Amino acid sequence: MGGNSTYHFKNPVVRWFDSRLPMVSMVRAQLVDFPTPKNLNYWWTFGGIAAIMLVVQIISGVVLAMHYTPHVDHAFQSVEHIMRDVNYGWLIRYIHQNGASFFFIAVYIHMFRGLYYGSYKAPREILWMLGVIIMLLMMATAFMGYVLPWGQMSFWGATVITNLFSAIPFVGPAVVEWLWGGFSVDNPTLNRFFSLHYLLPFVIFAVVALHVWALHVPGNNNPTGVDVKSGKDTLPFHPYYTVKDLFAIVVFLALMMAFVTYAPNALGHPDNYIPADPLVTPAHIVPEWYFLPFYAILRAVPDKLGGVLLMFASIFVLFLLPWLDTSKVRSATFRPLYKIFFWVLFVVCLGLGYLGAAPAEGWYVIASQILTAYYFAHFLIILPLLGLIETPRPLPASISESVLGKGGGAAPAAAAAAPEKRG
Amino acid sequence: MTTSETPEPTRRDFIYIATGAVGAVGVAAAAWPFIHQMNPDASVQALAAIDVNLDAIEEGQSVTVMWRGKPIFIRHRTAGEIEEARDVSLDDLPDPFAQILGGDESLSAADENRAERPEWLVMVGICTHLGCVPLGEQGEYNGWFCPCHGSHYDTSGRIRRGPAPRNLDIPPYEFTSDTAIRIG
Amino acid sequence: MTHTGMISVLRRAGLASAVAGGLLFAGANLAQAAGKAPTPPSQDWTFSGMFGTFDKGQLQRGFQVYKEVCASCHAMSLVKYRNLSQDGGPGFTEDQVVAIAAEYTVMDGPDEFGDMFEREAKPFDAFASPFENEQQARASNNGAYPVDLSVIAKARKNGPNYLYALLTGYVDPPAGEEMREGMSYNAYFPGYQIAMAAPLFEEGVEYTDGSPMTVEQYAADVTAFLMWTAEPKLEHRKRLGFQILMFMLVFSGLLYLSKKKLWSEVDH
Repeated sequence: MGGNSTYHFKNPVVRWFDSRLPMVSMVRAQLVDFPTPKNLNYWWTFGGIAAIMLVVQIISGVVLAMHYTPHVDHAFQSVEHIMRDVNYGWLIRYIHQNGASFFFIAVYIHMFRGLYYGSYKAPREILWMLGVIIMLLMMATAFMGYVLPWGQMSFWGATVITNLFSAIPFVGPAVVEWLWGGFSVDNPTLNRFFSLHYLLPFVIFAVVALHVWALHVPGNNNPTGVDVKSGKDTLPFHPYYTVKDLFAIVVFLALMMAFVTYAPNALGHPDNYIPADPLVTPAHIVPEWYFLPFYAILRAVPDKLGGVLLMFASIFVLFLLPWLDTSKVRSATFRPLYKIFFWVLFVVCLGLGYLGAAPAEGWYVIASQILTAYYFAHFLIILPLLGLIETPRPLPASISESVLGKGGGAAPAAAAAAPEKRG
Repeated sequence: MTTSETPEPTRRDFIYIATGAVGAVGVAAAAWPFIHQMNPDASVQALAAIDVNLDAIEEGQSVTVMWRGKPIFIRHRTAGEIEEARDVSLDDLPDPFAQILGGDESLSAADENRAERPEWLVMVGICTHLGCVPLGEQGEYNGWFCPCHGSHYDTSGRIRRGPAPRNLDIPPYEFTSDTAIRIG
Repeated sequence: MTHTGMISVLRRAGLASAVAGGLLFAGANLAQAAGKAPTPPSQDWTFSGMFGTFDKGQLQRGFQVYKEVCASCHAMSLVKYRNLSQDGGPGFTEDQVVAIAAEYTVMDGPDEFGDMFEREAKPFDAFASPFENEQQARASNNGAYPVDLSVIAKARKNGPNYLYALLTGYVDPPAGEEMREGMSYNAYFPGYQIAMAAPLFEEGVEYTDGSPMTVEQYAADVTAFLMWTAEPKLEHRKRLGFQILMFMLVFSGLLYLSKKKLWSEVDH
């Protein structure tokens, strides 16, 4: 990024500007001419989709903040005011509410894509770790945002999650009072959550910029996991990937708008339409779906501190992932055993999500314990061993060889019809 | 990769152009809700009318009420003030129009146009210069005086001297009885 | 798939509601499953489905039921009288709304002497509440709090079907059920014992449009009305949703063709 311009612009104004602040050069180099592996499949579009979702959430959120009142006596009513009186308020609020879910959908797919194709491996460790930081920030932002409508789930979710910190030895209770600004979740809590909920997305935006920077140093991984060898392996980002990403973005947004306009509350919880009542706890406190796997891990341990530590560990283990995976080969395409374990892990995560919503009783608890144990075993035992015992399939010499070899000499038009099926 | 060296538009170019055009329409349509949300909402518009009882306002007294977040001056004028207002030649007025909100823009600034019933003057109490609230029974014309930048209004609320460009606005109102009006 | 459609499919599959709900939405709706009550059967609502709209006559009747029955205990503080004449609602005229509002008095003030005073409600006022506060409401209702009904249809799982089932679900308690004092037995209330006595009776509300004056009809009408108060922009939402999805279908189709053309020029 930056540095002297390597472009010669015909327009004198652009040339004048760019020689002083090489922004135009940077955009040209990073977003237009950027050499991108030619074999990226549609799973690679979810990074761009996630970025767009961040923008959607920021824009709709800034608008909602124009009408929302962060006070315990007015928060619920002000949200209903948005839904009833503000011009298109219902649309913007439902976009923001469902947008959070779809942001997580995009990010989770993006992460599983990284896991499948080994995108976290050298030289992309920092890129991956920045991604984990983004996910942590998203979780904090989403949690605090869910508190703002001040419904029953808002209030009790805030109570339960902030109480996690009371598990810290010695200073726990003091930390929790500090988080609350009082002796229970109340107006000071709501106010600071609103402030932070507005702040954190811009922090996320900054980390996303670092994430993209870290991506553009080594360039994209690709479905073969083989490094780019020559210019024949790549295409300029624009127009090839701008148009492809845009297509994927529109399809994804269409799916989101289908939820917004036809099932706007399907991903939410009815109890959050009951105003917060500090005297009555709902029968089942369930977090939003995107937290459920972590919630299941929390509840799998019958010890308060242990559960909290394990839940945080389930995320922090991801920071170690680049070094836990000992395989020299990136892509699961060429790792027959890892491919199986990847899908097992995927199903385990879904299973944990299911168990996170189930009542904490009977066989549900035992199942959560088994799946939690497996989750950690995947990263801490299976991945290190797998690299040592697995025999990878032979890798293609280059991306273009893999592309042309598989095309079997078919006409380019025919190949274009189903590029996403490629490896 | 150059894609459009051919001089005439091809079918391929047509697809690109159509995609771009449809995309532009989509962006414009999507922007509208985010712009329109800042316009006055349904609850604000519903409060657009208020009822004021004039019973308690003695001759020579004024009250100020709130309408749409603005001060409304309601003055029970004395016979002297009415006479003063009606004696002014229209040629002496910097702003020759009545300035009735939502009314006929060409109506003259004659006091008969500004006060439906001579003893009652109902005006938006906001200086037409930069939005300050003028003081009553002050200024060189015995009407209102804006302390911010020295605009003088007469007993009909018409600008006579100072930087203000227009007469004080008259809100839409109607007498619902002899002693009550509805503003808005 | 519509919400009602989905529910009936699940019932046909014969799954316990707890398991089915969990599978579909990762269990986000499990809350009431443990509160032992059967899944309310699906009803045919005019407002369900992609092109669902409210039946204005039904909303007007539902408002009448709310006004004459529910409103004596339940507040509806998020709804304003003016909402009754807005697009996508019961379709009262503005004059009718003024007349409806004028039937109620609200507290206003302070006046110029610093006193609060009562006045006729105006269209911009919220529906008048039967009680001044929760304490008063509880004191008048045997300790139970009649909840605000503004968004009740969204605040219960499977809202409209549940409300209808609840309103028509008052039956004699099964033998051996020990009823607590002041409670009524309801087949669809979680826990079965509900503090609200059966509110609807045959011919209890006088309809003038010839609709049957049965408990089922009252229940359906007031449920539709409650769905409207919870989701007053439902019709606009569905209409706009269809337009948006049609647009995005065309746009994504064009983008796909562009992408295909573009990529056909390179080996990949």
